[in-house]
Amino acid sequence: MPRVDTRREPMPKLEPSARRETFEEVAVGYEQATAEHEAIRCILCPRQPCVGGCPVGVDIPQFVKALREKDMPAAVRILKSKNSLPGICGRVCPQESQCERQCVIGKLGAPIAIGRLERYVADWEMAHGPIAAAAPTSSQPSGKRVAVVGSGPAGLTASADLVKSGHQVTIFESLHTPGGVLAYGIPEFRLPQRIVKSEVEYVCSLGVELRLNWVVGKTITIDEMLSDGYQAVFLGTGAGLPQFLNLAGENYGGIYSANEFLTRINLMKAYLFPSYRTPINIGQVVAVIGGGNVAMDSARCALRSGAREVYLVYRRSRTEMPAREEEIENALEEGVIFKLLTNPRKFLGNDQGQVTGMECVEMELGEPDQSGRRRPVVKAGSEFVMKVDTVVVAVGTTPHPLVPSTTPGLTVSAHGTIAADEESGLTTRPAVWAGGDATTGSATVISAMGAGRRAAAAIDRYLREGIRPS
Amino acid sequence: MHRILRKEDLTPSVHLLEIEAPAIARKARAGQFVMVRLDEAGERIPLTLADWTPQAGSITLVFLEVGRETNMLAKLCAGDCLTDVAGPLGQPTHIEKFGTVVCVGGGVGVAAIAPIARSMSEAGNRVITIMGARSNNLLFWEDRLKSVSHEFIVTTDDGSHGRHGVVTQPLKEVLERAPCPDRVIAIGPAVMMKFCALTARPFSVKTIVSLNPIMVDGTGMCGSCRVSVAGQTRFACLDGPDFDAQDVDWDLLLNRLRTYSDKEKQALEIWRRQCASAPAREGESSGHAQG
Ligand SMILES: Cc1cc2nc3c(=O)[nH]c(=O)nc-3n(C[C@H](O)[C@H](O)[C@H](O)COP(=O)(O)OP(=O)(O)OC[C@H]3O[C@@H](n4cnc5c(N)ncnc54)[C@H](O)[C@@H]3O)c2cc1C
Ligand SMILES: Cc1cc2nc3c(=O)[nH]c(=O)nc-3n(C[C@H](O)[C@H](O)[C@H](O)COP(=O)(O)OP(=O)(O)OC[C@H]3O[C@@H](n4cnc5c(N)ncnc54)[C@H](O)[C@@H]3O)c2cc1C
Ligand code: SF4
Ligand code: SF4
Ligand code: FES
Repeated sequence: MPRVDTRREPMPKLEPSARRETFEEVAVGYEQATAEHEAIRCILCPRQPCVGGCPVGVDIPQFVKALREKDMPAAVRILKSKNSLPGICGRVCPQESQCERQCVIGKLGAPIAIGRLERYVADWEMAHGPIAAAAPTSSQPSGKRVAVVGSGPAGLTASADLVKSGHQVTIFESLHTPGGVLAYGIPEFRLPQRIVKSEVEYVCSLGVELRLNWVVGKTITIDEMLSDGYQAVFLGTGAGLPQFLNLAGENYGGIYSANEFLTRINLMKAYLFPSYRTPINIGQVVAVIGGGNVAMDSARCALRSGAREVYLVYRRSRTEMPAREEEIENALEEGVIFKLLTNPRKFLGNDQGQVTGMECVEMELGEPDQSGRRRPVVKAGSEFVMKVDTVVVAVGTTPHPLVPSTTPGLTVSAHGTIAADEESGLTTRPAVWAGGDATTGSATVISAMGAGRRAAAAIDRYLREGIRPS
Repeated sequence: MHRILRKEDLTPSVHLLEIEAPAIARKARAGQFVMVRLDEAGERIPLTLADWTPQAGSITLVFLEVGRETNMLAKLCAGDCLTDVAGPLGQPTHIEKFGTVVCVGGGVGVAAIAPIARSMSEAGNRVITIMGARSNNLLFWEDRLKSVSHEFIVTTDDGSHGRHGVVTQPLKEVLERAPCPDRVIAIGPAVMMKFCALTARPFSVKTIVSLNPIMVDGTGMCGSCRVSVAGQTRFACLDGPDFDAQDVDWDLLLNRLRTYSDKEKQALEIWRRQCASAPAREGESSGHAQG
């Protein structure tokens, strides 16, 4: 093995002190020199284990090779032939548990920063104008029409693949902006909206028709689509139904679900009120309840929207936190205060019905539960009150019941997820496929994209050859 | 983009817009609403479907000027466009042949009760309509409601037209009759609906109200519209907006409606100032009536 450089190029970031004032992207991105240097660390191993770690099978060594040969158009083409949303994935993929985890260099030191290189290539294209799309495998038009429900990563990927295979694709999206969680959930400082917009435009440029404000189950049903001339339907409806804690006082004003909080801020741009006209109330002291990525995003949004103190209230310890380590560090750097091993009991309010406080208990960790994490148990006599004026409940979401409840024969699990074949995504309804968070519950952008890709392949086989996996 | 086909000023502060929205017109049912966003910077606001024509591909919305969005909407004219209209949302009102149905509409709620009264009448019910407003010049659609009602009562708070007083008085009288009507549906400001619920309570007649909490998406993904009904948290956009009036936690609804009052006031003031300093636009908005 040739001598390898085991240190990766660090990602330049905005100073933590500057971040509190702005929704600008925290990670600045590699310069050409750093990107090329990072690319040279890759040994282009023929077995390319990294590719197996990517749910959409990006040809990692090939695009990295093109990058170090300074053939950027080629790098773009290679990347986009497998991934229609590289600027998004390069930013938000949990690379450490996907492609980079499989990288051989990881055994010696830091794995190749695949995600950052992917982002560099995507950003290069955005700065230099679109590169002629990876010649869509010039399929003959099939004359078949497919309806895709939802414009999140699952729906966008399925649509791009289906249109490349020669089918006519229409996306039906209930919101006024496409992108799913990418548009309403993930904040600007991690994923700028211009990136999402440009990658959605790329998918549309392939020939996908996008219909916004179509609430499937209301404006049109799945049965109506199938009788209106769509031969197949893909459901990429995500897991957008917010969960609450069911504690007393939870409906006081000033208590938000993370979905509402993030939607007001990201989709409706409430942080620019009154120029943008959707309001949000962010008080002096904000408590965010939860320990996942959604909680981190909410806490960091609250800090940037003028809160003096932002607490992250989590019932286990830092080791059990499901959020990505990188995001935990970013949140701490920016000044989010972690209240670990703490659980709310009830909410307190004033005579105007607005939240003023939160009664909490301290927790300690007991025996491991089914998830393998140590179960938090209440410490006797540990009640205390936190004074807060805004609360964000970030304890998870489940798939929305609207499509299942209006589609006879579509089976859902006890958790509300749409039952579908794991490989093909076929549901219990003929000609209806599903994938992404709608079938798995909240997961990741790239796993949703992988599911969209597999379903698109199954739909293509079905439409071309009448083959339906059992 | 949804083009405005027609605009009508029903009162100085209540306006009607007929809007191009063929997909919504095809599916609309009485009791449902749409989410409207005026322009790129706008808020998503819910407005009830006051009427719809599948053949023409149009829907009709009727709104009261209360804050910035509705004041801005009021400035639009036929030919202008709304950036986004999504729907029809919410559960349709339960329509069935119940027997005698009392439809109560207060203020701008008259527009929302109109399609319900019509559907109830078409379903073979005897429809008693009670509509009310603060004053004669705030009344609209009297003829439209009369034409679908078997019995029609109108009230004004100041006695300038119809009966002097509020809608709960005639409601009580109608409910005292033997036999008692089989169902009451009341739509209007939250306070009016609350008092209709109180009036109907002793008569143990099923009373339905259409709740109007603050919404963001209107499709069940945010929880902004949560209300408490029979002790349970429900999403008005998904499970409602119709609920059994006797089970509603009215204080919670009224409190949650106040959540943004400071910001709403600020937004309206800023907009009024902008209007005043932009002489190119038409004169000041006509009136400011609180629902
Ligand atoms: C705040 C937040 C941060 C996250 N951060 C990360 C991260 O850093 N990295 C990562 O990998 N993952 C992250 N995730 C998870 C990731 O975003 C999701 O797993 C992914 O978006 C799922 O994609 P999807 O296409 O299945 O669904 P979604 O992205 O949820 O898209 C579903 C779309 O369907 C639409 N829809 C739903 N119902 C209907 C209907 N009836 N009619 C029409 N349209 C409908 C919705 O409006 C939405 O646009 C995060 C999630 C959140 C909430
Ligand atoms: C299901 C439903 C149907 C409705 N139908 C009609 C109708 O047919 N005609 C009509 O005139 N009004 C209707 N409303 C009320 C209407 O949505 C509000 O008047 C409007 O949003 C006010 O916006 P604004 O910017 O002008 O006022 P703001 O200054 O924002 O607020 C003024 C008042 O409106 C309430 N409000 C503010 N934002 C919202 C929001 N996003 N959703 C609901 N209420 C809000 C506030 O509590 C306040 O009392 C309906 C509300 C609901 C929930
Ligand atoms: S898409 Fe995600 S998992 Fe795949 S190579 Fe890129 S960063 Fe890695
Ligand atoms: S495993 Fe690592 S070193 Fe090997 S090709 Fe993939 S990125 Fe390069
Ligand atoms: S308005 Fe968002 S859930 Fe009802």
